[in-house]
Amino acid sequence: MQFRHKISGGDFARAGNVASAVKKILRQLNIEHSVSKRIVIALYEGEVNVVAHAYSGIIDVDIDEEKIKTKITDIGPGISDIEKAMEEGYSTATPQVREMGFGAGMGLANMKKNSDSMKISSIPGEGTTVELVNYIKPHAG
Amino acid sequence: MQDKSLNRDFHHALTVHNDLCIGCTHCMTVCPTQAIRVRKGKATIIANRCVDCGECYKACPVSAIAVEQDDLEMIFKYPVRVILIPSVLIGQFPKKIMTSSIYNALKEIGFTHIYEVENTVDMVLEAYRQYMHEHTERPMISSYCPAIIRLIQVKYPSLVDNIMKVNPPIDMSAMYYREKLKAGGIPEEQIGLFYATPCAAKIAAVKSPVGETESAINGVININFLYNRILKFLQRKYTESEPPETDDLLSSRGILWSLTRGEVIHSNGRALAIDGIKNVNEFLENIENEKLDQIDFLELRACDESCAGGILISGNRFLTVERLKNRAEEYQAREDDKVRKLSDGFLDINEHGFLGDIGPRPMGTLDEDLATALKKMERQRRIMCFLPGFDCAGCGAPDCQTLSEDIVQGNAQISHCIFMQHQMIKQNVLSQGQAIRVTESIWGEGRLEKNCNKLGAEDENN
Repeated sequence: MQFRHKISGGDFARAGNVASAVKKILRQLNIEHSVSKRIVIALYEGEVNVVAHAYSGIIDVDIDEEKIKTKITDIGPGISDIEKAMEEGYSTATPQVREMGFGAGMGLANMKKNSDSMKISSIPGEGTTVELVNYIKPHAG
Repeated sequence: MQDKSLNRDFHHALTVHNDLCIGCTHCMTVCPTQAIRVRKGKATIIANRCVDCGECYKACPVSAIAVEQDDLEMIFKYPVRVILIPSVLIGQFPKKIMTSSIYNALKEIGFTHIYEVENTVDMVLEAYRQYMHEHTERPMISSYCPAIIRLIQVKYPSLVDNIMKVNPPIDMSAMYYREKLKAGGIPEEQIGLFYATPCAAKIAAVKSPVGETESAINGVININFLYNRILKFLQRKYTESEPPETDDLLSSRGILWSLTRGEVIHSNGRALAIDGIKNVNEFLENIENEKLDQIDFLELRACDESCAGGILISGNRFLTVERLKNRAEEYQAREDDKVRKLSDGFLDINEHGFLGDIGPRPMGTLDEDLATALKKMERQRRIMCFLPGFDCAGCGAPDCQTLSEDIVQGNAQISHCIFMQHQMIKQNVLSQGQAIRVTESIWGEGRLEKNCNKLGAEDENN
């Protein structure tokens, strides 16, 4: 089953809405809390990343019996050094964003920690795509 | 009508008076857990969704929501009749009525011993301190308000481990006074312990306690009932008789406990107090995805102005708060108010201070089996394409989303939606007569007829 949500850059008041919507869906599907908690945290971080850095974005969530696949695609400045961006504490967030309590440089690291696999690709000047997979049942390998 | 998946024993203090219910939508649309549907012209409460918050009671325009209570006569089965009164009982009376007069009235009504519920808050605080020290979950959520505990169980099951499993003052006091009276030589079976409750949730909690402990309370009397009896007594000329048995354990901390911020003022860390079930709902919705582990303690209360706004409190809640704050100030001026009143040996906090497990009771789960649940959800989303989406409640469910859920669960039909009825008539899959029968199955027979007795109509007072 697929869901698509749009996010607009700069709209901090609404960051978290997609995570909330997905959380409700997972609750209805009776998906174990330990699983849904991780995906919801990862999604929230992803949403904040788009809001803080990009102009607009789309989140696609695809749920089947085995896994939850999430794809976050944004139109924005992109990431020139992905390895560096993955480091905990590294952030390019503006002082204004930091003042609002975001931009601690934990976003991508937290997303990785809270998903079973994470793929990230980016073209500087165009945008970034992050793909996450979370398995619903404990997954070998 | 019931969710088939979950139907465990869950006592409720709120029921619908079918003879009074006029089949409107007020209660249904304010319910924070979508626990009400209208069928055959009457509101029905779905037991495993209801959290006994009492929003329906407040919203009902014809007082058709009833709060159960025990018969006052039952107190006379016991030679020793103890009433535990919460401070808000005193707070709702005008200032000119002295506390001692209220105590006298309670004695006249039949109680032999009068203690205030919050007499044991220092013991509760000690248990809080221990619990916070021994448990790492943050934020810790107060176990004080039973409607909030139930809300978390059904709607935010992931947060059950954050509930601080400490007995609230009412249970602490019930156990304490039972032990104390027994120690004074009164046989256990002669002691009747009664609680004057400000709300429905507390009744439900006494009748089916969370944490699987047995309640030390024998019965519950609603405060609004006592309020009327006390006022009636005080209006008569009466001679002061011997004052009833009581003690001096009450402190300013106890007087303020049931008011908003009554708990957080004792927190050393970062703590928030939120009252009103709408506000609590909104906040809990947020803390599930954001990590708020920098907050140490949450005081969450279902009613606006906390227990002063309890549904069984007759007095104005803001004036009640004012009177209690004044009363607390009087206590604060006393020499011994600062001395903490810890257990004097009658109650062992380690043994009686804590609650057992509080498990999740999630509602709204589509199916235990994920494949089936996914199918149901796909169907639900397809149905939502057709429903109008303005939540008119004309189908007997509070909103379109809930109707779509009821449909996939087999508890409602698509033709329950009045918009869909038009669509189906247009497409010749539903006849005019069938549509009328559907409407009557929800709103009651004869509901489509003229009726001038309703509010605002020509004969509204008949």
